[in-house]
Amino acid sequence: MLVFIARRLFVSIWVFLASSVLVFVLSTQVRDPLAEARGLPDSARESKIAEITERMHLDDSVLVRYFRWLSDALTGDLGTNRQGQSVNTMLESAFSATMQLIIGATVLSIVVGISIGVISALRQYTALDQTVTFVAFICFSLPLFWVGTLLKQFLAIDFNDWLADPVISPLFIGAISLFAGLFCGSVVLGDRRTRLIAFASSTGAMAVLLAVLSAAEWFADPGLGPIVVALTAVAGAVGFTTLVGGLEWRPPLQAALVAAALGIVAYFALDPVLNNPQLPTIIGLALLTVGICFAVGWYVGGDLYRRNAVPAAIFTGLFAGAVIFTDRMLQSFADYSESVGGRPVSTVGAETPNYEGTFWESGLDSFGHLALPTLALVLISLATYTRYTRASMLEVMNQDFVRTGRAKGLSERAVVTRHVLRNGLIPITTLIAYDIGTIVGGAVVTEQVFGWSAMGSLLFTGIEQGDPMPIMAFFVVSGGAIVLFNMIADIAYAFLDPRIRLS
Amino acid sequence: MTTQNAEPSGTAKAPAAAGAAADAAQGMSIVARSQGQLVRRRFLRHRGALAGMILFFIVVTLAVSSIGAGPIPGWWDKDPTETGQVVAAGRPTLSVLPEFLGGGGFHLGEHPFGQDNIGRDYFALTMRGTQVSLVIALLTGLVATLVGTLVGAVAGYFRGWTESVLMRITDVVIAIPTLLIAGLIGVIVAGRGIVIFAVFLGLCLWTQIARLVRGEVLALREKEYVEAARSVGTRSRRIIFKHILPNTMGVIIVSATLMIASAVLTETALSFLGLGVQAPDTSLGRLISDYRTALTVRPWLFYWPGAFIIGIALSINFIGDGLRDAFDPRQTRVRD
Repeated sequence: MLVFIARRLFVSIWVFLASSVLVFVLSTQVRDPLAEARGLPDSARESKIAEITERMHLDDSVLVRYFRWLSDALTGDLGTNRQGQSVNTMLESAFSATMQLIIGATVLSIVVGISIGVISALRQYTALDQTVTFVAFICFSLPLFWVGTLLKQFLAIDFNDWLADPVISPLFIGAISLFAGLFCGSVVLGDRRTRLIAFASSTGAMAVLLAVLSAAEWFADPGLGPIVVALTAVAGAVGFTTLVGGLEWRPPLQAALVAAALGIVAYFALDPVLNNPQLPTIIGLALLTVGICFAVGWYVGGDLYRRNAVPAAIFTGLFAGAVIFTDRMLQSFADYSESVGGRPVSTVGAETPNYEGTFWESGLDSFGHLALPTLALVLISLATYTRYTRASMLEVMNQDFVRTGRAKGLSERAVVTRHVLRNGLIPITTLIAYDIGTIVGGAVVTEQVFGWSAMGSLLFTGIEQGDPMPIMAFFVVSGGAIVLFNMIADIAYAFLDPRIRLS
Repeated sequence: MTTQNAEPSGTAKAPAAAGAAADAAQGMSIVARSQGQLVRRRFLRHRGALAGMILFFIVVTLAVSSIGAGPIPGWWDKDPTETGQVVAAGRPTLSVLPEFLGGGGFHLGEHPFGQDNIGRDYFALTMRGTQVSLVIALLTGLVATLVGTLVGAVAGYFRGWTESVLMRITDVVIAIPTLLIAGLIGVIVAGRGIVIFAVFLGLCLWTQIARLVRGEVLALREKEYVEAARSVGTRSRRIIFKHILPNTMGVIIVSATLMIASAVLTETALSFLGLGVQAPDTSLGRLISDYRTALTVRPWLFYWPGAFIIGIALSINFIGDGLRDAFDPRQTRVRD
């Protein structure tokens, strides 16, 4: 295995270097960097041309310039652009915004895409499956820049207008409730009567919920409150226990419920800490949660059920933490919305310039800026994950070991989570690696639509000025990510599927 | 069912005839079908694929016949470059809602898709953009498929250092984000026309097909019939083109189709960013880019090209899906 990793690493480095040569050569050809200087009046022209030639080493051959860039880049210096500004500084500010966008979009599309794909495969050839397939095809065919502009119009501008008077029209309530009901009705298995009950009850519940929220003007000043937090945490405990080990045995469920109870206690106990925390505090709390829940699972589960109780408790604890986090975020919403003039969903830039606020408010600020670009990116790459997961799941569900599992009397849950999911999700690792290239390209388009000055703007200024340095900085980050992810995927694949190593 | 009855051949004649007679007694008849017929039947039964075919056919016919191609004039009398008087704020005059539903009945009107701010007919402009985008997508798909197939087949068949070199080249191209390499090349060849642009775009997008084809060829080259061909002294070129590639046609056709769909999106995205089709040419992506600020005042300038991009990409994706099911029916049904 070590030999395999070493060989893979060696190849990756050479591939990356070769690509950088190609990009460098191409980027010296895009446009004449002296074009503007040549248009200057006579007096200034000569000196300007000489200055740019000197700074960009235009007298040297392309290869000499490449190796100068490479030796600088190896020491961490990405050079200066045509105006003599340091590219490192430009990259620093661009990097974090783009990374937030890329990571957020990737994680979301993986989680949501795989979940939808799994559900759609488990309910093959139902109305739900057909709908998912059709929507996935539409998402495949959407031009990103077009969707982005539409989202900007309808979800940002119109949504902000709506927030000024947050009353949901009855028509809208009806549509959303019907949609929720249809979804629940088609996910539930059973005869027609069970499905109808599921459909009717979820439609009704959704309609009542929306009507109450709308009447109470909840959207202007949202929040969950202790009762909702407690109920959600308990529901999470039951849900995660079902997924992890089933509800036949007591101890895992007890462990999860203890974790949920601890979460509710923490909701009140941590109140002063959570008023204005720092990021390290939040990370520390998350780690603490994992530790405590591990201990809870360990002791409550006992020798026999430890294997199920520990993950059930940890997932529940983290989930309760996430609910509390969301509650805090929502509570700050009214203040934040007021401080940005009642327009919380932003359409321009990656953050409100010079914004100062509590941890929650600046969190909302980046969320308000990230929401739409991320949504646009997720819409595009979600479909790939859904389709691929569905195909891969269906293939595994056809295998003999799945039939054997059913034949020896395993519960459907055990068959799906333990045998189908584990094997069906292995090929997804490669998909993530391929998809990262698409996401990087998509991020450039999205940034352009939403007016961010991030990685994409490095590329555009570089192309516009015929300047290889910003383009190379863009490539080092994006190409580096692609090569790295491809390598990780190959290694992960070899770990997960021993057949690869043998062949 | 309109499939033809195949001639019972050679020694199988008697049993086949007897079987046919027995089945005929039960109201059935045995029909022998070739591989191509099977694929065609499965494809035509795929409702999505059929709908995709029809939609694609309509879009192509509309784009080609309306404003004509080259010297041949079309039935639409307006020119995409001709400016004119802006009538009724340039609102679209197309009406499809019948009169009993409160609409104005079906008629095209003077400017069915409206006019832009300098009075150009937007229907003609959109049709010109559709033509350009289609030509680029098809050419790009063709070039990418040819290069990818060739690289994949040669690498997979010859193995050894040929394979190493070719696949490392593939890795090198993959390591560069598509948008970066295609954008750079798009700017370098800017102003040389859409054909050159499409060919170079194809030279950026062949990697996926190369990997797929190589995988197929690696499996096929170990088959007995290839070994038999080699043992009687068939030359490598003949083995690749006559024996191996025809058996990978399914994979190639499917991925070529999907490649065309993604080429539409890549080209429009590049043109939107200003790295693709340059003036005086126009494409659907350029149209959206040119008029995106008009979304609030003249939304139709923004909607029509987008609708056509989605229509083209969606129909091709459905065709591709139908082809995949037709060539490889194992993926479609769960054996329960």
